[in-house]
Amino acid sequence: MVIETTWLRWIVALPALGVLFNVFVGRRATGAVKLVGPGVVGAAFALAVWAALRRPEGGALHDHVYTWIVAGPFRAEAGLSFDALAMVMTLVVTGVGFLIHVYSVGYMHGDRGFARYFAYLNLFTTAMLILVLADNLVLLFVGWEGVGLCSYLLIGFWYEKPENAAAGKKAFLVNRVGDAGFLLGLFLVVATLGGHGIWTLDVATIQENRALLKDVAWLVCLLLFVGATGKSAQLPLYVWLPDAMAGPTPVSALIHAATMVTAGVYMIARLHFLYALAPAALAVVAVVGALTALFAAAVATAQMDIKKVLAYSTVSQLGYMFLGLGVGATGAAVFHLVTHAFFKALLFLGAGSVIHGLGGEQDMERMGGLGTRMRITFVTMAAGTLAIAGVPPFSGFFSKDEILWNACAGAFPVLGVIGLLVAFLTAFYTGRLFCMTFFGECRASEDVQHHLHESPAVMTLPLVVLAVLACAGGFLDVPGLLGGEGHEAHAPLAFMLLATALAAGGLGLAWALYVKWPGLPSLVAWRLGAFYRLVRDKFRVDELYDAAVVRPVFALAEVSATRIDPQLIDGAVNGAGRVVSATSGAWRRYQTGNVQHYALSFLAGALALLGYWVTR
Amino acid sequence: MNPLLFLLLAALTVASALTVVVHRNPVRSACALVLTLCLLAVFFLGLDAQLVAFLQVIVYAGAIVVLFLFVIMLLNLQVEARAMAGALLVGTATAGGVALAVLVVTALRRAAVPAAANPPAGFGETAALARQLFTVYLLPFELTSILLLVAIVGAVALAKK
Amino acid sequence: MTPPLAWYLGLSAVLFAIGVLGVLIRRNVIVIFMAIELMLNAVNLSFVALARSSGSMDGQVIVFFVMTVAAAEAAVGLAIILSMFRNRETTNADELATLRW
Repeated sequence: MVIETTWLRWIVALPALGVLFNVFVGRRATGAVKLVGPGVVGAAFALAVWAALRRPEGGALHDHVYTWIVAGPFRAEAGLSFDALAMVMTLVVTGVGFLIHVYSVGYMHGDRGFARYFAYLNLFTTAMLILVLADNLVLLFVGWEGVGLCSYLLIGFWYEKPENAAAGKKAFLVNRVGDAGFLLGLFLVVATLGGHGIWTLDVATIQENRALLKDVAWLVCLLLFVGATGKSAQLPLYVWLPDAMAGPTPVSALIHAATMVTAGVYMIARLHFLYALAPAALAVVAVVGALTALFAAAVATAQMDIKKVLAYSTVSQLGYMFLGLGVGATGAAVFHLVTHAFFKALLFLGAGSVIHGLGGEQDMERMGGLGTRMRITFVTMAAGTLAIAGVPPFSGFFSKDEILWNACAGAFPVLGVIGLLVAFLTAFYTGRLFCMTFFGECRASEDVQHHLHESPAVMTLPLVVLAVLACAGGFLDVPGLLGGEGHEAHAPLAFMLLATALAAGGLGLAWALYVKWPGLPSLVAWRLGAFYRLVRDKFRVDELYDAAVVRPVFALAEVSATRIDPQLIDGAVNGAGRVVSATSGAWRRYQTGNVQHYALSFLAGALALLGYWVTR
Repeated sequence: MNPLLFLLLAALTVASALTVVVHRNPVRSACALVLTLCLLAVFFLGLDAQLVAFLQVIVYAGAIVVLFLFVIMLLNLQVEARAMAGALLVGTATAGGVALAVLVVTALRRAAVPAAANPPAGFGETAALARQLFTVYLLPFELTSILLLVAIVGAVALAKK
Repeated sequence: MTPPLAWYLGLSAVLFAIGVLGVLIRRNVIVIFMAIELMLNAVNLSFVALARSSGSMDGQVIVFFVMTVAAAEAAVGLAIILSMFRNRETTNADELATLRW
């Protein structure tokens, strides 16, 4: 059942008001921004909790804000829908978002663009909430594009450095490629339903009439998945996410770990009834997810920059979520989305704390031995590492387990095997990160070591909260909340033991290589030679794209700018001008100024008229 | 009028008209113009337009051409070396003129010619003209007098130093 | 026997054509003016002939007005020529071509 409300819109409106405040008042009142920025998101979270309590069992709250588009028979309403899935997403977005806003107050302290940062961050929250609360796909797309815009703005936040601006551009452009596919999918839905007289993209209406989309469902789902590939950084459109680490670390935590990149997962979960009509598309989703997970996990094991490791880790974990969706375990995928938000945000914020303490250092080769000097960060990061590795009873164990079991028990067990391998690698590279950063000798310079300090409370408090969630989050029954669609079996005990063993093995290997025998990794790297270098250079995918796509486009643009535009187009216009000028030059000779010549013209005219009249 | 007389006078008129247009000396052109006007007055007499004929001689030949001669003398115009425009223009104009004459004549021949009735009594006399002038055409008459006033004022204004 | 109307109209046409010729080919502006007067007189002949032939006095009235207007026009035109002569010391039509591009 659906209850109509009028106050649901404030969940979206409050962060929007925050944007206005930060834009117009913020620059002169940095103190106020510290309160308003996180405050509006906190208020939105409180409202979301209230809405969650008011939501009827198995039903939804709905808020029809206004009728937005009426174009002939096509209608799109601006409406918000708060069902179980939207509830989960909203709570995650506002809750984790609030914590990250608070953290940012400390992290961005003293930055020249303080108010601008919070304006962008609030704008992002608004757009993300529009995305998850939208009741029709057009409004969802508005939010989709909005988060893409904010991602661009925030990645290139420190725009004075050209590589930051370039990273922002790259994110936006790669997303656009995905968005093109998304739009084509939307158009196909409208066109197909329109053939039956239904002109809308309202999700509920599409669900009712999904039988009409049976023939084109596979194409629609694939096109929409292309959009998800771009937004959620899967193969082949993942390349923007590692570069996006150029933005401030809280941004990486919020946008590129917990929320925006999960938009693709959310979209497929929202439209699962459509994907159920196209098993082939689901298979593609699962395969792409599994391959991406493996690929990214492999690359993460050889990265030296702490944020890059986490970036590839995010890509890999997102692959897990798509794998879960692809094998029909939608509830498990969303569950993993929630737990991932907790522990990945925790890991990122912890990394941010480390970077902050070391005065901006991001290279793990120059870290080490921080365990004794940054206690709170150490403990919370430990919780995060255990969670992502999948060690029980931490949250990651429960969500990952569900997905892996459903993958192994599904149509293509090989995907499950890949998933287990990825689980091992995940534990390994995260353990590696933890060990290199917090154990052993401190490899930082004397000057940096002198200034090393634990982060202030405004930063460590969110870390603690997230650590608690990472530990206890596994006990939230998210799949049950979302209703048990499809076969989501619970794994048998033997399987759980296997997963735990893999996790422990990965962590143990990391301990061995980076604490016990620190000389080993370089030996292994030297032995593996070219293969190691290939992995470390992220399989040179960026270089491939540069050669295959970027250069030809630039060449085409060059031809257009230097040949087509000046010669063809300008030539045509100038040529027209020249023709007119030449014609008038010839015509001008009639103006001799001699009255007798004009009189001769008179005569000629008169003769013509007379001649016509006489011969008629 | 006797047709033979008509033809003779017509030939003479055309000849003097050509002299007006062709002769290099402007004074001679003016004299030829006087001759043409007087010959036309004879035609008018033959057409029972006595008042108009006399007006032609008095006003046109007697005043307007004299005015022309005054100006010629005032400007002390000499006989010019090259009186006419270039050969191309002369050729074109001559062809045009001939064509014009031919076309007009053809057009007039096609036109419906009104009945050649006998004119009523008193046709062409002063009384008949005056009767029309001061009743039917009173307004144009008054306007024409104003036009003359304007012309006098204008000529004075233009020509004074 | 009076000559038929057509002869008078034909003579009028010829005189008119000669006047046109004069306007086009002479350089001296005063002679051009005289040619214009010639054209006007040709038309007067037409009017009078037609008046006689139709028995109505209207033609002669119009001739009266034509003469008046011709007089006014000649006066003003010659005044213009005088002032132009004072400015440019010439009565050559070619040298008075100021409307050239």
